Amino acid sequence: MTDMTYPHRHLLGIEGLSPLEISYLLDRSERFVEVSRGSDRKGNSLHGKTVINLFFENSTRTRTSFELAAQRLGADVINMTVGSSSVAKGETLIDTATTLNAMHIDVLVVRHADSGAAKLLSEKVNCAVINAGDGQHEHPTQALLDALTIRRRKGRLDGLSVAICGDVRHSRVARSNIHLLNVMGAHVRLVAPKTLLPSKAETLGVEVFHNMKEGLKDVDIVMMLRLQNERMTSSFIPSIREYFHFFGLDYDKLSAAKPDALVMHPGPMNRGVEIDSDVADDLERSMIREQVEMGVAVRMACLEVLTANLGKAS
Amino acid sequence: MSFRTPGKVAYINARLLDPASGLDAKGNLITDGETIAAMGAGVSAPADAEIIDCKGACLAPGLVDMRVQLREPGEEHKETLASAGEAAVAGGVTTMVCLPNTDPVIDDIAAVEFVARIARKNGLAKVYPYAAATKGLEGKELAEIGMLAEAGALGFTDGTKAIANALMMRRALSYAATFGLLIVQHPEEPSLAGGVMNEGELSTRLGLSGISNAAEAIMLERDIRLLAGTGARYHAAHVSTAEGVELIRQAKKRGLKITCDTAPPYFALNELAVGDYRTFSKLSPPLRSEDDRLAIVEGLKDGTIDAIASDHAPQDQDGKRLPFAQAEFGGVGLETLLQVSLELFHNEQMSLLQVIDRLTLSPARLLGLKAGTLTKGAPADLVIFNPDRAGKVNPARFRSKSKNSPFDGRPVQGRVLRTVVDGRSVFTADD
Repeated sequence: MTDMTYPHRHLLGIEGLSPLEISYLLDRSERFVEVSRGSDRKGNSLHGKTVINLFFENSTRTRTSFELAAQRLGADVINMTVGSSSVAKGETLIDTATTLNAMHIDVLVVRHADSGAAKLLSEKVNCAVINAGDGQHEHPTQALLDALTIRRRKGRLDGLSVAICGDVRHSRVARSNIHLLNVMGAHVRLVAPKTLLPSKAETLGVEVFHNMKEGLKDVDIVMMLRLQNERMTSSFIPSIREYFHFFGLDYDKLSAAKPDALVMHPGPMNRGVEIDSDVADDLERSMIREQVEMGVAVRMACLEVLTANLGKAS
Repeated sequence: MSFRTPGKVAYINARLLDPASGLDAKGNLITDGETIAAMGAGVSAPADAEIIDCKGACLAPGLVDMRVQLREPGEEHKETLASAGEAAVAGGVTTMVCLPNTDPVIDDIAAVEFVARIARKNGLAKVYPYAAATKGLEGKELAEIGMLAEAGALGFTDGTKAIANALMMRRALSYAATFGLLIVQHPEEPSLAGGVMNEGELSTRLGLSGISNAAEAIMLERDIRLLAGTGARYHAAHVSTAEGVELIRQAKKRGLKITCDTAPPYFALNELAVGDYRTFSKLSPPLRSEDDRLAIVEGLKDGTIDAIASDHAPQDQDGKRLPFAQAEFGGVGLETLLQVSLELFHNEQMSLLQVIDRLTLSPARLLGLKAGTLTKGAPADLVIFNPDRAGKVNPARFRSKSKNSPFDGRPVQGRVLRTVVDGRSVFTADD
């Protein structure tokens, strides 16, 4: 029997999860915050389990966070990145999956540049799959760690006003956060130039703004998104300086938000592009380091819940 | 340089024409300093005011010319901000908006400020620039539209070049919509615009390569589709074809934020003006057929075409004294804008007030300029003109450095008597 509070084999996205399921994962994460802060960080609930981090896209932070989470639970962890795998030799995504499946692994943590890649893999393997970011679709553990950070600081998610600012169009982080915050009762605003918003953005249940001060007015949380450099050459925006001038978070724009508004960023930051260093380094306002800490706790909880389900399911 | 603040001036015995209020009546207008203090039939001149007797001539808001090429910086042998300023006020134009196709291109803040500063120093017609929509007018990367608007650019255009790439246009419209800014298009599909005159019987007889009406229609149709998805503000410059007018008429009916202008050659001339390879009639877009000309007049009448702009394009002798195919495109127009536009009134196609509206209030509104009205508190930018005085277009008397007028020698009715900018008389007819 699976854990009825999170009755899923995989974690592929936030969309479709219930408030109860999300709260359950967040509650489980709380415990691991304490574990990670303690002197003995080594558990054994994943003893004898194998976790593979299968990363088709470069990522240091997310991969390290998952690796640490799995190790702290006592699992064996293997990292596979695209450069060293047979994918480079022309093996298809599904070939890779079936090969790994034959090795009797328990959890596959997948990052891929194409939306839907994690879903495709999950259909071909017997293990649990955690989506660590698929294209421009979802990045569920990021949304969970963001939610945990907010909940610990503000005591709740319900009723909070959250502005997600910047390159929403290309952001899986934004999509996962929008789904999570909406279902948990927060009010979500998007603030971006029209070129960096997906079409029909308002159908996601958000309010859309094109001006930072208007969009940030009286919000509790300001979430900044990373702007990729190639957005300039493809004319989504004219230049870094213009982007920073209108959409970069500095104290002037932040002053429109509530006085105790918190600033978040999924990292890695582009200082002077989407965020001013002063704001990023403000210990009172910036949650950016805390987000990283919560990341490990959230991933520990997800790994534990999914491996537990795996055992019970068979 | 600063100018002495003018005192009170009373313009008496005028036929006041104010498209904003629909006023067309005899009366007086008082300016105090740089603004209009009072106007109407019952308004009398204050004791301390300088009196200017209009002797029954028309007094209207100064013309707002939303499309001129000024050639400075870069081609000062063709025109300068100073010579264009002189030409403008001689033509009754008190505000002009210039294209960014200078050298260097107006695609950075310094260039926007250069134009504003020189124009202010000259103290003639007010000059506002459009800035480039794409860097270097190359159609590849967006210009810094937001910051350029903050510096004073009124709209964004690639000048005499169309924004040809559909994705680029879509991004430009989307990005401009972020800030509520205007994109101005030269609506001509470049791959169909390799010719030198209108495509038709005449081009065949003359042995010149033609540009079909489809070049305009295809680009407009494409842009209208992109516009529908972006919610942007779009302005089509110098519409020249019947198809173009109809496309814009239908797009307006659908509620899209689309506006357009045309220029006097497109309602006063047709392709026959090319005649014996007359290079002064080589314009871009080309002079079209008589049917197209009539459709342009119709578009002006029903308001589909929002504005009349001079499309002033100075070219020197070297550029025009060439075989037709090799000659440059364009004609000067600042000094004939009002006279030729008045033909619409004299031909009983439009009322005088309607013609004045398309030359003043309507372009001012779509550009967001505080101009084009005789309202109290508005800037005292005025033109006094005699609508009936007969004359002939004589480029030798032009103040513009370039003389390439397609209306050279044309009999016209109407004469600018005085032009006032910010309460100062900047032009007075010498006879």
